Amino acid sequence: MNLVLFLEQALNGLQLGVMLFLMAAGLTLVFGIMNLVNLAHGSLYMVGAYLSVALVNLTGSYLLAVPLALLGTLAVGMLVELVALRTLYERDHLDQVLATFGLILFFNELVAILWGRAALYTTLPAWLSGQIELVAGLNYPTYRAAIIVVGLAVAVGLWYVVTRTRLGMLIRAGASNRTMVAALGVNIRLLYTVVFGFGAALAGLAGLMAGPIYTVQPGMGEDVLIEVFVVIVIGGIGSIRGALAGALIVGMVDTLGRAFLKPILGTLLSPTAAESAGPALASMLIYLLMAAVLAVRPAGLFPARG
Amino acid sequence: MPNRGRLVTIVVLLAALAAVPPLAAVFGQPFYLDLFRRIMIFAIAALSLNLILGYGGMVSFGHAAYLGIGAYAVGILAHHGVHDGFLQFGLAIAASAGIALVIGAISIRTSGVYFIMITLAFTQMLFYLGISLEEYGGDDGMRLAGRTQFAGLLDLRDPLPFYYFVLAILVAFLYLVHRLVNSRFGMVLRAAKSNEGRTRAIGVSPYPYRLVAFVIAGAMCGVAGALFVNQTAYLTPTFMSWTRSGEIMFMVILGGMSTLIGPVLGAIGLLLLEDVLQGWTQHWQIILGPILVLVVLFAKRGLAGLLPGSGRDD
Repeated sequence: MNLVLFLEQALNGLQLGVMLFLMAAGLTLVFGIMNLVNLAHGSLYMVGAYLSVALVNLTGSYLLAVPLALLGTLAVGMLVELVALRTLYERDHLDQVLATFGLILFFNELVAILWGRAALYTTLPAWLSGQIELVAGLNYPTYRAAIIVVGLAVAVGLWYVVTRTRLGMLIRAGASNRTMVAALGVNIRLLYTVVFGFGAALAGLAGLMAGPIYTVQPGMGEDVLIEVFVVIVIGGIGSIRGALAGALIVGMVDTLGRAFLKPILGTLLSPTAAESAGPALASMLIYLLMAAVLAVRPAGLFPARG
Repeated sequence: MPNRGRLVTIVVLLAALAAVPPLAAVFGQPFYLDLFRRIMIFAIAALSLNLILGYGGMVSFGHAAYLGIGAYAVGILAHHGVHDGFLQFGLAIAASAGIALVIGAISIRTSGVYFIMITLAFTQMLFYLGISLEEYGGDDGMRLAGRTQFAGLLDLRDPLPFYYFVLAILVAFLYLVHRLVNSRFGMVLRAAKSNEGRTRAIGVSPYPYRLVAFVIAGAMCGVAGALFVNQTAYLTPTFMSWTRSGEIMFMVILGGMSTLIGPVLGAIGLLLLEDVLQGWTQHWQIILGPILVLVVLFAKRGLAGLLPGSGRDD
């Protein structure tokens, strides 16, 4: 196996991992604090991607479009929380799943009406579309490298906010005992809206960064949503640490599996068997991993306390 | 037995379903034969989900998996020239029960939101497996090589016998679910749903009961899948797509969870609603989505709650 190729694929795995983390962090925060299963998290990812494409076309500036798209997704997230999700916190998970499933149908169709069903393609500014040489012989796309940097920076920022600031303290307190937090005079409803908007913005960030790599089309959020479920089930629902670990594991396993499973199987099986079994097994790998983790630790690798 | 009012409702509903083919023939609208056959197939799928969701409290978000497995069992056998119904339906039942056993054995160890996500993820895994089966159409799917034939008894290529075959299976499964739910087995299943701790305290471990219910539900839905592929005459991995699981789940809620007739009403309600909305606009989902949210928020008892004789679980 070629070392440069392996390094390149490992970086791709890391890049997928940090994007999954951005999604998983919001989803797991919302679950940990509001006890809400939000399937529409994938729709916010899609909203982020579409807003960035539309804003790049409108403003002509990538640097201007990105913060605007983030603000837009934040606003959409808060609006959804105020209008629809707020009444769901006290309901059981079944109701939450179905109602947010309804929201997905709504958002997918809304996007299809506004921008059509065909996939959109985005153009990157010149300073992001080149390649950089990381080590001798390994040229890596600047854009993917930028995603890794941004993703890791957000992870560090999130750690800081949650563990070192007053807002983070409230978030942690809300997760462990929301009645007590409310009794101490904290406006818990406002806190919920803020946390939800925050999670939405993270999903929007993942979506707008995903745009140039994957296709921007209605329903793009759902595939990634289910992968994110796998991430937080592996990591332990409600735990940000678990989300980070799960995201990096899933990102690596998925990417490396797709790249190297076929050649590895080729050394064990006949070439034709490897040809057909390799891709099938690669696409199922993360689900098998999840089943294996759950068989050993039913609450995930880093179960949240309480 | 269900109480009198409810029994009357069930009989009237089934009689109405039985009357669809002659009425469709009289009015020259064979489309409705097709539509209601489809509705009944989904009613069977929703009925099977209700067994574990409504009575067992297991929120499986991956029930479309068994629809797909039943369909693939029939499709793959037909692809290799086997059209015998006993073999096809036998394989559909065996395969969906077997896979439900594996998925259930892992998933039922967990509960709550984990259970929802795991059942969803396993179904997604099977969806990708379906996509990678290049020999059986892969991503695009394939035409069903020929509809099922029960030698000398029944040929599903004839629309009318096919319709009554689906109705007969629906009736049989309604009876089966009714008997199951009111047996000792069903008592434990419902007890474990309403209070797991107390059920354990009286010395019954819910796990095997839940697993058996999960497998039975999977096998029933496998039959629905075998019927569904005969209905569409086309086999694609989208049978197992997770939106399909959501639809089946919504039928159960719309009709009324933990009621015998609810899933049938839900299937009728949702598919007729879809049919009407599709007639209005191609963007019908933008209307369906909010309707779904509103039903969940404000009409929890479902359509069955509106019927005479409702009011308690049976």
